[in-house]
Amino acid sequence: MDVTLDLLGNAILSGLLLGGFYAAVTIGISISFGMLDIVNIAHPAFILLGSYTAYIANSMFGFDPILTSIVLLPAFYLLGMAIYTVYDLSFERRGDASIRGLAFFFGLLFITEVTLILVFGVDYRLVEAVYIGPSLHLGPLDLPLRLLVPAVVALMLIAALQVFMSQTFVGRAVKAVAQDPIALRLMAANPSRIKRIAFGLSIATCSIAGAILIIIQPVEPSIARDYIGRVFAICVMGGLGSFGGTILAAMVLGVVESLTTTIYGPSWSPAVAFGFLLLTLAVRPAGLFGRG
Amino acid sequence: MAANLRFTVGAVIVAALVLLAARLIDNQYAYFAGYVVLQYIVLATAWNILGGYTGYVNFGTAAFFAIGAYGTVVLHKTTSLPLPVMIAIGGVLSGFVGLGMGYLTLRLRGTFFSIATLAMAVVVQTLITNWDFVGGSRGAYVIRPQKSPILGGNYIEYLFLLMLVLSVIAVVVARAIQHSRLGLGFASIRDDEGAAETSGVPTLRLKLIATVLSGGFMGMAGAPLPYYVTYLDPASGFSLSYAVNTIAMPLIGGTSSWLGPVIGAVLLGTLQQVATVTISSALSLLIVGVLLVLFVVAAPRGIVGWFQR
Repeated sequence: MDVTLDLLGNAILSGLLLGGFYAAVTIGISISFGMLDIVNIAHPAFILLGSYTAYIANSMFGFDPILTSIVLLPAFYLLGMAIYTVYDLSFERRGDASIRGLAFFFGLLFITEVTLILVFGVDYRLVEAVYIGPSLHLGPLDLPLRLLVPAVVALMLIAALQVFMSQTFVGRAVKAVAQDPIALRLMAANPSRIKRIAFGLSIATCSIAGAILIIIQPVEPSIARDYIGRVFAICVMGGLGSFGGTILAAMVLGVVESLTTTIYGPSWSPAVAFGFLLLTLAVRPAGLFGRG
Repeated sequence: MAANLRFTVGAVIVAALVLLAARLIDNQYAYFAGYVVLQYIVLATAWNILGGYTGYVNFGTAAFFAIGAYGTVVLHKTTSLPLPVMIAIGGVLSGFVGLGMGYLTLRLRGTFFSIATLAMAVVVQTLITNWDFVGGSRGAYVIRPQKSPILGGNYIEYLFLLMLVLSVIAVVVARAIQHSRLGLGFASIRDDEGAAETSGVPTLRLKLIATVLSGGFMGMAGAPLPYYVTYLDPASGFSLSYAVNTIAMPLIGGTSSWLGPVIGAVLLGTLQQVATVTISSALSLLIVGVLLVLFVVAAPRGIVGWFQR
């Protein structure tokens, strides 16, 4: 098929916006996997949980999905703290985090997915809001608000986290636990407590990420799986735990996926993220922007 | 060697008794349900060769399994080979994929390998979905012959017999590995890979052997699937439930020996067959997920662990 310059420009632009959204989806993994070394493969399932809470609030009471997700942040934070407490007691204390920890999160992913299927069925669900539908026009370029609003919210979320991590005591403690938990213990701080807070934060981001996911596309319970590869691909490419790297890697993936969809068709786009991931792991496991 | 021979004879006798029992029940449904349980014995045992013995978690069961299944679809459309040959070819194909996969990622930390296997499952699914020759996303039909080519009876009895033979082979191989030098090497990788490497254990080569064996058996388990379901589409061939089940069964049974996956597969497989018929298939999957989480949290050594020490 012939690809005009306009089409190409639009594909790149929507890829960048999509990348902003991917950054929001990944930022929680950058905290849990990148900083805490917890392989939470159930992360996308919690994002989907965020989508469904936004869906309930929107379809039953007509609330705005993004506002709902901000109100629900504490609930997701507590959920994350609870999960970390179980994880810590069962695996990290026993020094047995690898196989069983992975299986634990895999089980959580599966339980969440099947529960969502049992409650909501496998139909696609979507939300309604004023910014879904209209587009801004800049010459030949279209800026759909449906993509623009999520990208802006995503970048605001990451900026807030960045400020928290670099300016507050707890934030700096999280960075410290990522670098050297034993040294932290020698300073008479409790790494488990810090990690619990950080993991709570990582799950809290799922609330917002889930709300913008359901704005961007209709959701059904099994799409969480498509995001597992994306989030880990972005996290690894971004150099594990670097917020700037996460945004850059998310934008790269967004643009490549968008171009693939435009040129080859949407059925190939899932393979792009995973192809990227395999390539990164095989060639440069430290990530495009990582050290070493 | 003598011990292996004795075990093999014992396993064959057990298998013969199972076959005899199935004949006595003489109900078609028993074969259909039994086939699934046997298939999970093969899958769980295969997973455990890599996951339980060396400690590398493979989330990509569905990919290896589906490569075997789609290998059969291609062979069915192009040739008229007998099914056992197709199973062997499916195993070789999956084994090669395992080798390539392992070569790309096994030099990395264990978690990266696990994430990469998840990635591989999606890449393979995308390739199959876009491959029109095997039906693409519409799926492929395979017509099941009426009669079994040997021992008489219906074709499903033949499929049941093949899967029974395959599970005997898988269990015998898994047990032989466990008690060999190879098994000791695997265990040293699981317990402390750095120390093993330093002591001269060829860790990469051993991990590749484990991946090839594990992938190969998964492919063989998948090869008869098109004849069993007669209609195969990517969504069912790559179902996440294969991955969940094959991880849950060894972990629930116990990962340290050959017996764990067998116990897990028989228990969970039977439980799911019963729950699917009496309650619903979604709920039976939920049971597996909940059991998996409960066992990894509360009983890390699995059912076998209860009886040891």
